[in-house]
Formats: sequence, structure tokens, C-alpha cells
Amino acid sequence: MAKKKDLFEEFNPLEGKVYQILDKDGKVVGDEPKLSEEQLKDMYFYMLYTRVSDEKAVNMQRQGRMLTYAPVSGQEALHVGSALALEKDDWVVPAFRENGVFLVKGLDLHKIYLYWKGNEEGALIPEGMNILPVTIPVASQTLHGVGIGWAQALKGEKAATVTYFGDGATSEGEFHEAMNFAAVFKANIVFICNNNQYAISVPVEKQTASKTLAQKAIAYEMPGIKVDGNDVLAMYSITKYALERARSGKGPSMIEGYTYRIGYHTTADDPTKYRDQKEVDEWKTKDPITRFREYLKGKKIWTEKYEEEVQKKVKEMVSNEVKIAESSTKPPIKAYFEHTYAEMYPYLEEQLTEMSACEEEKEDTE
Amino acid sequence: MTEMHMVQALNSALDNLMKEDDSVIVLGEDVGVDGGVFRVTDGLLDKYGEKRVFDTPLAEAGIVGTSIGLAIKGFKPVAEMQFMGFVLPAMQQIISHAARMRNRSRGRYTCPLVVRMPCQGGVKALEHHSESTEVFFAHTPGLKVIMPSTPYDAKGLLISAINDPDPVIFLEPKKLYRSIKQEVPEEAYEIPIGKASVLVEGDDITMISWGSMMRPTISAAEKLAKEGVNPEVIDLRTISPLDHDTIIESIKKTGRCVIVHEAARTGGMGAEIMARINERAFYSLEAPMKRVTGYDIVIPLPMGEDCYFPDAKRVYSGAKEVLGA
Repeated sequence: MAKKKDLFEEFNPLEGKVYQILDKDGKVVGDEPKLSEEQLKDMYFYMLYTRVSDEKAVNMQRQGRMLTYAPVSGQEALHVGSALALEKDDWVVPAFRENGVFLVKGLDLHKIYLYWKGNEEGALIPEGMNILPVTIPVASQTLHGVGIGWAQALKGEKAATVTYFGDGATSEGEFHEAMNFAAVFKANIVFICNNNQYAISVPVEKQTASKTLAQKAIAYEMPGIKVDGNDVLAMYSITKYALERARSGKGPSMIEGYTYRIGYHTTADDPTKYRDQKEVDEWKTKDPITRFREYLKGKKIWTEKYEEEVQKKVKEMVSNEVKIAESSTKPPIKAYFEHTYAEMYPYLEEQLTEMSACEEEKEDTE
Repeated sequence: MTEMHMVQALNSALDNLMKEDDSVIVLGEDVGVDGGVFRVTDGLLDKYGEKRVFDTPLAEAGIVGTSIGLAIKGFKPVAEMQFMGFVLPAMQQIISHAARMRNRSRGRYTCPLVVRMPCQGGVKALEHHSESTEVFFAHTPGLKVIMPSTPYDAKGLLISAINDPDPVIFLEPKKLYRSIKQEVPEEAYEIPIGKASVLVEGDDITMISWGSMMRPTISAAEKLAKEGVNPEVIDLRTISPLDHDTIIESIKKTGRCVIVHEAARTGGMGAEIMARINERAFYSLEAPMKRVTGYDIVIPLPMGEDCYFPDAKRVYSGAKEVLGA
């Protein structure tokens, strides 16, 4: 029997290779994963759900119904593809642009909205859902992922952890400490870099002199691979491969998903200041959803009727979740004090009374 | 009971808890084969093996950051920072994550971890080896901060810290590591976090300190006692949450107060203690309060450090000033 191909060896980033299954027109150029029609439809659904809910969030922000928000448009394949490769016992440690991952993991959309509307209840992950809340300080979360993956290795669990971060994060010391710890202690972890090519205004070429981000893994004696991040099948397959490797005790690996941030860094950003519209338009032709739609058409899974149905479903879901988010009340002041320590100490109790008086006063004047 | 110095007492605490609870693990730079540069973790690797005691790469953010993940996944990590002056790369992990995880996840995720580190100076150490920056931590909601001054307290407090459900910063005055011995039980016992200790009862002046500054404070108190003054001496033991009840009770009795700390004066814990006294016992004061502290300069290298650290003479003069006012 022929030895199973090692994808990491086959697509060595130092040789300029990029792993891809669907090209930009949705044509199959690699080994397709064996997925049922149901699973393929899930991929399409979650990408669309992520896109539509994202556009809604940006609109709401423009209408003053949402605070500063980090859009994810154009990066849906990277998040949805990789997240669909997770098993229930696997863990996820996100940065702040992983809406698609949260949705695949089963977090209600209104929770995501609540977080970005400034309500901690949005960061309360339900029991049994192994995902940490959004992390804002860049790269710092990768170490938590390694800690969890290390714990999985120590306990001999057949489970692994995925941590997400951006291209800018690869410049932070904590990213390098995380990669090094992961390799030294053979943690059950997969590093997924969302290389959307900009850290706010700084392009990845100014971020690093390395030709790829994936090659950084090699210095840590860890396999790294550059993947077409707009190819949902490639993201799914490589993540599944890397997770299986990690679960079976073969150690960490790094996936660089090469994609593009179509929208703003956050709604407080003006990308026209640092990049050309032509570049954005060019990347729009590589859209992950359009590409996958073409693929589904070819497989006779996609029809006009299906599109109508799924669009309708997604829009209804988004509108319901908006309603839930917008009808949510402010978190009670008590909650901040109760969750500062396992047990509130007396000086905090006094301060709770003080802050609660302000809340009561405000209610009276409303 | 065995006579132990602080290093042995801390080692005994770790040994007790590692024996009874498999989830307690130790990690840090040189904590394994070498047993830690001060030998606090000596022998633990041999006893508990390399799946419980980890010599990590030399990276402080890495040590604390991975400890957070390990804690979330059910371990009780006891992480060592080699010196307080080297904890700075880990501050983002301590402040932005360990301290906040419980609140920001609304209680779903917690960080029951201990970050131990040798602190303070007075041992003629190299640059960056004599820091007293306990307020960095005390200022951060979500952390508990401990600094013992005796072997007995060190053991009981470390056991409480490891058993505590929240992240604890455990500061070990390196000057006291081997300089005093005390009878310490071999078995595990707890000393409550958040409880100061009244070492000497008196009603003329309250003298408050912690860590290695307890010794000059006690010496000064002894000198005052010989002169017929009755000082009350308080060892904070826990820096945060601050046990102000014990302090206020004492001030109500004495009406006078001197606070001694090694850290720089501005924004030091002395300021916080004075503020609490001001809030709660202002009308009991009979004289302005006094701080005897390090100065607002970079801690001098050893040739100049003698005059920087408060000594018994400075504490005594400070107390006399308050008593004479």
C-alpha cells in the first residue's frame, strides 16, 4: 500500500506551494474531501449566515445600533471551513474576527451581537461549548490555546485545540512563545493564521520579511502550510488533517489561511487611506461564497430554489437574533462584582452598594 | 513540627499539595532539575516526575499564558517567575487575562493559578533583582496578592493560594528565604488570605508593614517598647484584598500610624492604607500619619542600596516623629 501523502510535506511553504482544492472559479484542482450533500450545504449555509449577519452588524453600527465592530466579510471560508473540521471535544481559542467559528460551534448570533454592543453576557459561552470568548489583545490568546492543548496532551485526551490569530499577531512575542511552547511540550494544538493581509493599515509585507507566515512554523520544528483561505474545502481538509495529527499525539502545526479583508479593520477604520480600491475589487473576484456556489452548481446541489430558501432562512435567523440582542437589557451591576472573585470581599460589597445607587438614580430619572 | 526556613516551608507546602492533588503542577524556568534558583521546588521533579514539574523555555509570558490554558482545562498550575523584575513580559497575561477571565466570561472560565516570585531586595543582588512592585498587582481587580514574612505564614499562605479559586500573586521576600528558621508543621495547613496578623499589641502607635520590612519594623518597635512606648505591630501578609478592618481597629485604639514599605513611595501601598484610614478612622487620628519607604528613584545597585531600603533606624525615627506630633 502506498504511504499516505503528508500534506505538510507536499505543500512546503518554502517551495512557494499553496494548498488549494477549489480555484477562484470553483473548479476542482485538488483532492476533494468526502462530504455528504448535507455537509456541503452546511458549509454554504454557515458562510452565508456569517456574511449576512456581518453585513447586518455593519449596518447597525452605521445606524448607531451597534458599537465599534470588526467585520469579517471575505474571510468566511477560512473560519467556517476550519470550524466544521472540529469535533465536539475539541477546543477553540479565538481572536476577535471568528464569527463563523462561533456560529458553527453553535453559539447564538445574538451573543455575538451582544458582545459588540458592549454587554459581557455576549461573552458567556454556554456550558459544554468548548470555546473561549473573543480575545482582543493581539496574539495573547495563542498561549491559552497552547495551555489547553498541552492539558489535552497531559491528560491523554483524543481531542485538540485550534487557536486563531491574524497576520499582525505573528509579529508579537507571545505568538512566538506560543509556537515554541507548543512544539517543546507537544501540545495538541493547531495554529490557524487568518492572513487577511492587513493589520489595520500595515500590509503583511511590512509586517515581516518572511515570504510566507506558514514558514515561521519550520523554525519551531513544526509543520506549517499556506492554504487558499478563500477555499472552504481546502480549509476544511487541512484543518481536519492537522487536528487528527494533533489528537493522535503527533504535535502542533500551523495553517496560514491566505485571504483578504474586504471590509474595514473595524467600523472605526477608513481603508481608503492605505489601500487601493482596485486591489479590493480584484479580491472580490475571489470571493469564497461565490466560488463555493459555483462548485455546488457543478455538483447539482445548488439550484435557484435552494438559494432562495437558504437566503430566506438566513435572513429570518439574523432578524430574529437582532430582535433578541436589541431587547436585551443592561447587565445587572451586581454581576460585575460577583464575577470579580469567586467570593466578594467586604470592600467590594461596599462599592457594589455605591455603584448600585447610581443605577437606581439613573432609573429614577429615566 | 520541624524547624524550617522559608524555602523549606514553601517546598513543604508544594510537596503536601502535590501529594494530595494530581492537578497541582509546577512550571517555570529552572524549577525542575535545578529545583529553582532559590531551591523552592527542589526535589519535586524526582518525586512527581516530568508530567507534574516542568522546566519551561525561558519566556515569562509563555509560562503564565499557558498556565491560564492549563487552569481552564482543570489543572492548578503553580508558575514561578525567577525574579519579580522579570515578571514584566508576563504582565499582559496576568492583568489582561488571568485577572479578568472570570468576569469577562461571566464565571464560565476561571484561573485558579498561583504565580510565585522572589521579591524585594537587600541581598546585594544584580540590577533588576531587587524589585518591590506589589502595587502593580494590588491595583488590578481580580488578583489576590500575598507577601509572607515568616516560614510558618509562607507555608500556610501558599497552601491557601493554591487552594484558592482565583489567581494569586505570591511574593516571596528573598531576603527572608534562609535568614530565619521557625517551627513549621510538616502537614498541610491554611492561613486565610485577606487576614492581617497583629504581631504585637499596643495602644500608642500602629506600625504596619509586610514582607522583609517586618524585621526593621519589629526592631524599631522593640526599641520603642524599651522606652516605655506601647506600639502595635501589624503584618499585612495579604496585600490585596487589604484587611483594613484590622488596621482601622488598631488606629481607633492608637490614633497614630507609621507604614513601612520597601517599594517606592509614590502610589505605594502606604498611600492606599492611609486612604483607607482617612475614610474610616480620620477622627481617631491624633497626629499625621507617616510613611517610611523606598524612594522614588530606580533602586540603586548594591553599592548604594543601604540607604535606600528602610532600616530599623529610619522606622524608629519615623515613629518618633508621629509620636511627637
